[in-house]
Amino acid sequence: MKLDCKHVWPYISDYIDDTVTPEERRAIEQHLETCEVCSAILDSVHNILVLTADDRIFRLPLGYSERLHERIGAELAKAAPDG
Amino acid sequence: MVQALPKELEWIARILQGERDLFHELIRPYERAVYMTAISILRDTAEAEDAAQEAMIKAYRGLGSFRGDAKFSTWLTSITLNEARSRLRKRAKVRVESLDSTDQEEDFTPFLVADWREIPSETLEREELAQHIESAIEGLPPSYREVFLLRDKEEMSIEEIAQALGVKANLVKVRLFRARMMLQKQLAPYLKRELPQRRRWFSWLGGRA
Repeated sequence: MKLDCKHVWPYISDYIDDTVTPEERRAIEQHLETCEVCSAILDSVHNILVLTADDRIFRLPLGYSERLHERIGAELAKAAPDG
Repeated sequence: MVQALPKELEWIARILQGERDLFHELIRPYERAVYMTAISILRDTAEAEDAAQEAMIKAYRGLGSFRGDAKFSTWLTSITLNEARSRLRKRAKVRVESLDSTDQEEDFTPFLVADWREIPSETLEREELAQHIESAIEGLPPSYREVFLLRDKEEMSIEEIAQALGVKANLVKVRLFRARMMLQKQLAPYLKRELPQRRRWFSWLGGRA
């Protein structure tokens, strides 16, 4: 299995999630070893995912947890869940 | 199918038997995820917080209907998605975006970077960069945005997301691929310009999978 750049791109996402087959993985890695462009794309996607996962992206509103548990507490005091 | 954790099942049984306060502990690990799910759809912090609270209350009231054939977090996500979507539909004054109209073919080729550089996490301390990333994510089509945030923000598995959305895993993968490519195309040129030069190779490989 030999891939060129255009055929590697659709696999980048699955490769990151490790949902490719072993054969696909081998072919992708073989291509990446020799292709700076595709490995840079893979790096850039990965970096964006690392940044997205950072807590500073979409911060929780200040006091969110306190207000949530206060509201839940009021509900718990009011009624039992529907069994 | 991904199933519920034994500890959570035990807690749920105890809550239903009257130990109501355990509900606080049950949901504590998922506070963030519920908010992120709500904001992925509503894109408004105040409304997302309100929807998150409402979803938690609905989860409490309906706890008896949780069957344990999915993870508790998946069930909770699904309740939150419903809550957020129904709010979106009720926003009469705002044009409602179609949640399902974005699976057509588009150009998902990446931005070609020849010299990608490492992103030090300190760069996020600049508010501007964080805002740029957030607005790029907010600008994704809704069905891509929700899948992207559930997977790459909340780190749910493809299968859990498929369960929560009630769609096939393959559709989740396609949407995720497209979301990631759209973000790469939009953010790579920007980040590339902004960042100091330092080449990184495969150092991260194996770190995530």
